[in-house]
Amino acid sequence: MIAEIIIVAILTSSACAIPGVFLVLRKTSLMSDAISHAVLPGIVIGFLLTHSLSSPLLFVGAVATGLLTVFLSESLIRTNLVKEDAAIGLVFPALFSIGVILVSRYTGDVHLDTDAVLLGELVFTPLDRISFMGLDLGPRTAWVMGLIFILNIGMLLFFFKELKLTTFDKGMAAAMGISPVLIQYILMISVSITTVGAFDAVGSILVVALMIAPAATAYLLTDNLKIMVLLSILIGALSSVAGFAFSWIIDASAAGAMAAALGLLFLLAFLFAPKRGIVSIKKRRQQQKIDFAVTMLTVHLLNHSEAKEAEVENREQHLIEHINWEERFAKTVLNKAVQNGMVNSEKGILYLTQMGKKTAQKAMMR
Amino acid sequence: MSGIFSDFTLRTVAMGAAFLGITSGALGSFAVLRRQSLLGDSISHASLPGIVLAFILIGTKSSLVLLIGAAIAGWIATLFILSIIRNTRISSDGAQGVVLSVFFGLGLMLLTFVQSKPNASQAGLDKYLFGQAAALLPEDVRTAAIIGVITIICMIFFWKEFKLMSFDPVYGESLGFSARLTDIMITALIVISIVTGLQTVGVILMSSMLIAPAASARQWTNKLGAMVTLSAIFGAISGVLGATLSSLISNLPTGPTIILCLTSIFIISLLFAPDRGLISKLVKRYRNRFLFSLQKLLLDLYYLEEKHKGTSHAHDMKTISLIRNRQGNIHIALKTLQSRGWAEQTTAGLWKLTAEGHTEAIKIQNGGRNDS
Repeated sequence: MIAEIIIVAILTSSACAIPGVFLVLRKTSLMSDAISHAVLPGIVIGFLLTHSLSSPLLFVGAVATGLLTVFLSESLIRTNLVKEDAAIGLVFPALFSIGVILVSRYTGDVHLDTDAVLLGELVFTPLDRISFMGLDLGPRTAWVMGLIFILNIGMLLFFFKELKLTTFDKGMAAAMGISPVLIQYILMISVSITTVGAFDAVGSILVVALMIAPAATAYLLTDNLKIMVLLSILIGALSSVAGFAFSWIIDASAAGAMAAALGLLFLLAFLFAPKRGIVSIKKRRQQQKIDFAVTMLTVHLLNHSEAKEAEVENREQHLIEHINWEERFAKTVLNKAVQNGMVNSEKGILYLTQMGKKTAQKAMMR
Repeated sequence: MSGIFSDFTLRTVAMGAAFLGITSGALGSFAVLRRQSLLGDSISHASLPGIVLAFILIGTKSSLVLLIGAAIAGWIATLFILSIIRNTRISSDGAQGVVLSVFFGLGLMLLTFVQSKPNASQAGLDKYLFGQAAALLPEDVRTAAIIGVITIICMIFFWKEFKLMSFDPVYGESLGFSARLTDIMITALIVISIVTGLQTVGVILMSSMLIAPAASARQWTNKLGAMVTLSAIFGAISGVLGATLSSLISNLPTGPTIILCLTSIFIISLLFAPDRGLISKLVKRYRNRFLFSLQKLLLDLYYLEEKHKGTSHAHDMKTISLIRNRQGNIHIALKTLQSRGWAEQTTAGLWKLTAEGHTEAIKIQNGGRNDS
């Protein structure tokens, strides 16, 4: 059973990661938040019509309300009366409220909790199974998410060029005859379907984590779209397995732990990503500061290279007094300069090497 | 109605909702103007782990303690979001998406972890998810009122700074105001007001309490003071209305009802607000179109007059229509011209310009100036 849960977790997170990449790149991440809340009334209406929780009509209803959210927010934005963020923030709470009210008024005696929709429970997914002619085919969610994963891959393969172009250069896409609006809606259909499919595994809010966090993490690690997609899937899968394992140990919500694991990976990338992490940015800035200071030092030494001044000006101690460097910083710079073979130090007096001279002259030419 | 309001629970809930509506409505104006509407959503989702951690660490369900935990978590989440936006190329929506969902997930994990412990005195923690207005106590209302008053005092005190930083932060900086400090102030107030609303409308719907009244008020006025006031009033009305409706009708949860009241106000504002409203815009457009068609008709009559080199020549409607190949009926337009004294109908039912119409047509032809 644990194996099945892990398969469901991996399929779900992989399926979510694909549309997530484009949401992050298009700066519409919060559309997934909006859609994930707004599918509730669709699910409820589907349920009220069919009185079954596994009817495909629930799916249709949910996708329809998901798209309705996109449509309503975009219509609101187009009126120019509200800004984009406010438009999204107006539409989905309204739809979600309708959903909650429908649940509490009409489904009182059935097991359709808002909790269940919102929070999901990964561990229960193996209980709902599909069988064909008496043959047990495994958990329903695994099939649903597997299908959605394939659909998303299909979208990716089929529309990769269009998605890429409309994401990075809308004007160019339109000029080439690709409709950005059409691609936007294709993407939103994928987001809606994925959200609905994933909600009984992880709940509607954590779908947002599964979509956005892997993509955001991957975005910090690479500049290549294809690699970003692959990385997102990998990050999603990795953290869903890790999160599930952790939740199993401490006996807590698997979906919550998956989101927490995603958060941890994001935090690691945020701090330590090779090019874009905070630590590497800090290091790079420090490096640049020192490099610049070394150049300054060579210029200073060149300026005072006349024998008379040299003994006064070109002392180690003098750097601290004259250029106003702190002692530690001055030492670092000096070491670096000596290391690079630009400066020689003899009895506390500094001499430029041939290379140091060249560097100084080049810097002054600029 | 007096019977309804003598109900103690309802009075408590309605008052709590009203205070909440006032505070979040007023503050929401700044969030909406600064395009930070969804920050409220992130903060409210992110407060969940704070609530649960406060419970785990301190072991009490006293709402004040839990709300302080919520505020701290919300604040940390905000710092994370701002730091991600500042330090990486991830845009604000991505940063918010990551932080809100991860914090919420963390909160959920902690919540279920607490619930799985045998000494399950944790019941009631999940009321923060959807809010449970009916469980509001008089002291909760008092807290909400105090926070509301403090917020409004802060707002009045720093009005100039808030206003400046919402519209032109660069200019504000040049005058020596600190954008950072104002940012921190506004965000802190928003965090506090969100946190007080968690009990009433819950984590998920709270953001709407900030956005909807402000977005509605924005349609009615272009003045910040009026907008903030109106927004607070909308918030209060929806709070009271939602609380009342949900107590009158069984199985109608308070939080969502308040949100739907707010949404209704927003839709009304969107449609009917004078000047900015969609309907008034539509009316304006049709009026302009009609005025334009009147001018064209006048010019047509003038053209016919010129063709026939005499003012006495009248034409039937069909001829006039043919000039621009008009499809529709020009009867109304002709009648309007007549009522303005620019055209007249002969006894045979034919139309021609009057003397005033003639001068008016020349005026239009020469300057394109508007009539009337």
